[in-house]
Amino acid sequence: MTDLSPNERAMAEGRDGPAAAMAMRIIAETARILGAESLVSVTSAHVDGCLYHGDSGVHFVERLVALNGRVTVPTTLNVGALDLIHPERVHADPHATGMARRMMVAYEALGCAPTWTCAPYQVGHRPGQGEDVAWGESNAVAFCNSVLGARTNRNGDFLDISAALTGRAPYYGLHVASNRLATVVVKTADLSPRLKAEDAFYPVLGAWLGAEVAGAVAVLDGLPADTTEDRLKALGAGAASTGAVGLFHVAGVTPEAPTVEAALGARPAERHINLTPEMVRRTRDALSTAPDGPVDALAVGSPHFSAAEFSTLLDHLAGRRVSRPFYACTNRQVLGELKRSGDLARIEAVPIEIITDTCIVVTPILPAGGGVLMTNSAKFAHYTPPNTNYEVVFGSLGDVAESAVAGRVVRDETAWN
Amino acid sequence: MELVRGRVLMAGQAEGPVLRLAEPVSFWGGVDPQTSVLTDPRGPALGVAIAGRVLVLAQTRGSSSSSAILLELLRGGRAPAALVLAEVDAILIIGVLVAREMRWPTIPVLELPLASHAALDDGRTVRVTGNGAILAAA
Repeated sequence: MTDLSPNERAMAEGRDGPAAAMAMRIIAETARILGAESLVSVTSAHVDGCLYHGDSGVHFVERLVALNGRVTVPTTLNVGALDLIHPERVHADPHATGMARRMMVAYEALGCAPTWTCAPYQVGHRPGQGEDVAWGESNAVAFCNSVLGARTNRNGDFLDISAALTGRAPYYGLHVASNRLATVVVKTADLSPRLKAEDAFYPVLGAWLGAEVAGAVAVLDGLPADTTEDRLKALGAGAASTGAVGLFHVAGVTPEAPTVEAALGARPAERHINLTPEMVRRTRDALSTAPDGPVDALAVGSPHFSAAEFSTLLDHLAGRRVSRPFYACTNRQVLGELKRSGDLARIEAVPIEIITDTCIVVTPILPAGGGVLMTNSAKFAHYTPPNTNYEVVFGSLGDVAESAVAGRVVRDETAWN
Repeated sequence: MELVRGRVLMAGQAEGPVLRLAEPVSFWGGVDPQTSVLTDPRGPALGVAIAGRVLVLAQTRGSSSSSAILLELLRGGRAPAALVLAEVDAILIIGVLVAREMRWPTIPVLELPLASHAALDDGRTVRVTGNGAILAAA
């Protein structure tokens, strides 16, 4: 049975209004079902529930608005189903467009910040190590836990806004320090430094990790000490697409893993896995559903592309034009940075179509005819076939750039052999 | 005849044919929220509708939007008849909890260890009772 504090009970009984009461009932009932003994105070929330999947989610959030709901902690919003900066780039039907807009308006009315990004951690929402927070969106959760060392469970849509309205979350799972210790050790000593220097290795590593460990916490050993945030972002997004990974550690890189032993909490590991080049190669190949051949469109930016990633992409293209539709998904803040740095003009000249506030697998953006989409994102590779009428080919960012110019898959295999 | 008994996560009664899936399922990116058809070409039972089935899942994975897909199925009358999960899934149950708050139809949710899933033959019509028992339908 979950113990509610007098304050939490008062909230459930309506002291802070009917929206907070409804949210508290949802939090408390979830805690009961999960067997959590209590709730935990959270200092921020990231809400994934603002993406339109059908009218039900719109009615729910509009109910919270009608009941005078207001978030009690700083809250950012994940992507919606519309590009509010470039509305013409989304081809949803009028009903979906209208409902998606109502949903986005309602979440803002609750006091959420209109960030519209799956990478809130790259637009300044960065809780500190050890802070309890309530985030949704699987890649954001993985990053928040793993890279920032803040504590959140993989909160489902609607629990995230309920936590934001009440400032509480069920105390279980990754809020509990002992559950954050690794039980699986992954050795990467058999992989070449060349492979570890390749950006595309990281989403593949993530896709492998999620499929291999499902929801277990692993510590990865032997990765470069200077592994960048963008690589960790790609790793987490891959792992959270193929598995239920909410936390991973990288020895010598992420905050709770100064060493493998520290990540394990001085307990013996339940499993040791030696990652081989063949396992990596096989995982990479399985991210594609189409053979190498003609490419009809290209997409990057899941999670949302950073300014640094745009810069790398422009370097790969080296002034060449692309011959196929090319989409880069990002957020408003990065768009602003691109404008200031002058990169935006170079990107538009390629031409690359920038999508803000949303992305290509959550709303109709790709050309209607279907075909083969090439991407460097494990998450796009995972969700493109079920969510669009495109098959998918996975490659490195360099491969994506070369293929966009050539109109067919071009690969540099040196890192993978 | 009682085939097996699960732990009640959300109480309710239901009847329908079993759809037992051994491979992991993500509702978002795996189930069409309007038709309830399984859509992941890499996932199990591609093209099968989960509406009205007693859905027995070995594993769930992936997106935190799965609760939103289940809520949409519930409101649209295309939800499974019941959910039988090997492990408590914190994301899916939110969909059912929100449906209850909104006074939309809800479904029973049971926890049943994976080792007991074999007692539920795929396609067999079963009845889920309020105390977690799953019976062979008369």
